[in-house]
Amino acid sequence: MSARADVLAAIRRSIGATGTEQTRIMAVDDRLERAPRGVVPQRGQVSGEDRLALFRKMAEYAQASIDEVPSPAEVPAAVASYLRQHNLPATLRMGEDSRLQAMPWGETALDIATGPSAGQDLTGLSHAVGGVAETGTLALTSGADNPTTLNFLPDNHIVVVREADLSGDYEDLWRRLRFAHGKGAMPRTVNLVTGPSRSGDIEQTILLGAHGPRRLHIVIVRG
Amino acid sequence: MTVHSTSPQFKANATKALNDVQLQKALGNVKRGFIDKRAKAVANLPEFEALRNSARDIKNHVLAHLDLYLERYAAKVEEAGGHVHFARDASEARQIVLDLCRQLGARTVTKGKTMIAEEIGLNPFLEAAGVRPVETDLGEYIIQLRGEMPSHIIAPAVHLTKEQVAGDFRRVHTALDKERDLTEPVTLLTEARGVLRQEFLAADVGITGANFLIAETGTSVIVTNEGNGDLTQTLPKAHIVLASIEKVVPTLEDATQFLRLLARSATGQEFSVYTTFSTGPRRAGDPDGPEHYHVVILDNGRSSMLGTEFEEMLRCIRCGACMNHCPVYHAVGGHAYGWVYPGPMGAVLTPSLIGVDKAGHLPNASTFCGRCESVCPVKIPLPKLMRHWREREFERHLNPAVQRGGLGVWAYFARRPRLYRLATGLAVRAMALVDRGRGRFSRLPFAGGWTRYRDLPAPQGATFQDQWKARRQAGGGAR
Repeated sequence: MSARADVLAAIRRSIGATGTEQTRIMAVDDRLERAPRGVVPQRGQVSGEDRLALFRKMAEYAQASIDEVPSPAEVPAAVASYLRQHNLPATLRMGEDSRLQAMPWGETALDIATGPSAGQDLTGLSHAVGGVAETGTLALTSGADNPTTLNFLPDNHIVVVREADLSGDYEDLWRRLRFAHGKGAMPRTVNLVTGPSRSGDIEQTILLGAHGPRRLHIVIVRG
Repeated sequence: MTVHSTSPQFKANATKALNDVQLQKALGNVKRGFIDKRAKAVANLPEFEALRNSARDIKNHVLAHLDLYLERYAAKVEEAGGHVHFARDASEARQIVLDLCRQLGARTVTKGKTMIAEEIGLNPFLEAAGVRPVETDLGEYIIQLRGEMPSHIIAPAVHLTKEQVAGDFRRVHTALDKERDLTEPVTLLTEARGVLRQEFLAADVGITGANFLIAETGTSVIVTNEGNGDLTQTLPKAHIVLASIEKVVPTLEDATQFLRLLARSATGQEFSVYTTFSTGPRRAGDPDGPEHYHVVILDNGRSSMLGTEFEEMLRCIRCGACMNHCPVYHAVGGHAYGWVYPGPMGAVLTPSLIGVDKAGHLPNASTFCGRCESVCPVKIPLPKLMRHWREREFERHLNPAVQRGGLGVWAYFARRPRLYRLATGLAVRAMALVDRGRGRFSRLPFAGGWTRYRDLPAPQGATFQDQWKARRQAGGGAR
């Protein structure tokens, strides 16, 4: 017997089942279909200004920095200003995301590269699909628009997210992902990012910048 | 079958640990680092208790339908272009990983933190076969340099001081300036980041564990703070996930119930920095990510825990809260437990996986204070399960004759309440008389095992039952 059949048979022997019981199969189908929400914290049940304020508060608690701009056209200037403030070179790498590409980067002196990172970039720029106010968490998905390597290899990660794409809780994020990709399907990678990389492995002292970005900067596009 | 165990020598291991000055200094960080942070995070979430119940119920539902959820999960992974391999035991799992590495022509393998890899002894096996495994979690990297096992399931190097880590880095990173200053943890972190960055970029295969497998979507989930797991799985041409059968949960919503508990219970964070959902290999048009995606699902004795009194242990999500709050773990650290899983969860799981004949000391090394159960995010009754192991050990005549004899004598009296009261009453009065008001004994016949290390408090003249009776008659205390 194959290992798969063997392991499944061992499980069935222990729980006294055959795998063909209609009630068990229906219970599984039902749960997968309905995807019940379970306990959802009250904290995230906010909208409008309150949702934005909660997202900011929780992201800052996780040591991300935050900027707000009134429209996508103001993003390049805000990014250039952030890099200047931190004495970082005016270079940037981003993916093919049409929202990022449509921004007026020519109005800044930034030197922009496109495509995935091979580890030589100081700053990466991504556009998040959403964010979760409950914990100040960004949601990023893989693909040519926003290559996953940009989330982890550069020292500084700047992420643009639209206020309109913020969710109060995770359940709302899953609803939006299912709407975009279909029930039961997922992008290859979904990265939930809460603050910059850190480690507490040496004497339980928390230090930022373990293997991923040392800084996480979020630019929220209002409206 | 699995990695070598020193669990049979628990008593000797514990004595050595208690006398290890460096270790005792490092263990101070466990109490300082984890307990207050967890308490604060729990206090900040009024729904925490309700989430514990919800998580417990989801796991119980999954365990009752485990065969079906594993089938659904595997079908979804395959639909997304990934491959699922089941492994009956450790040797089968190791062989699957090695065969994949050979097919892919892998020479260097980076590894995110995976306890399953520790359980199956993957690193020495790969090394012997000419494949070089490189641990990338900072704590795992440090203990790999030292040739040790993790002493904690989420903080593998918690038993070490920064001076010890500096010594190891000087010994191994010989290409770097010998005069460099390594006194601060931040310089150690920066050095490891630089060294491991090269390994990430050079690796042919990346191996990670999985905190959860989602049946609805065929997704594996990892949770890290460093980002090492993501670099491990994103950069090489293949990603291999090692998981055990009980890691499957039904839906994204169900996984979320656990994610709300996991970081808070483990490190006291609201959420871990990186929670990553991976579904299949790189897709058409993707500029990065692994071209091959494999999941190895290990049984290794878990299926035979189902339907027994130890089934509840399979709810464990490996947060480490039980050991962070355990007075025995605080005293002896993780290595004394002698195998892969330390602390209260290890004391229950280890006998299931390697046998109570080898690991019988572990469930005995508990005062049953109950702190582990009170902080467990999935409400595993750890003291009760340890008691079941003690019963099994007794039934199988595995404990020593003196202990069995003592228990026999106690049982004789305990079954005869009047005789019991008479005997304990006499003993207590006799001890109080001999004590003559000093309040404690530094030596006592038949109690050398106790009095060698500490004084035994002297009884104050009446038994507990007498005092209880007196209290009840006085109308206080008893409710």
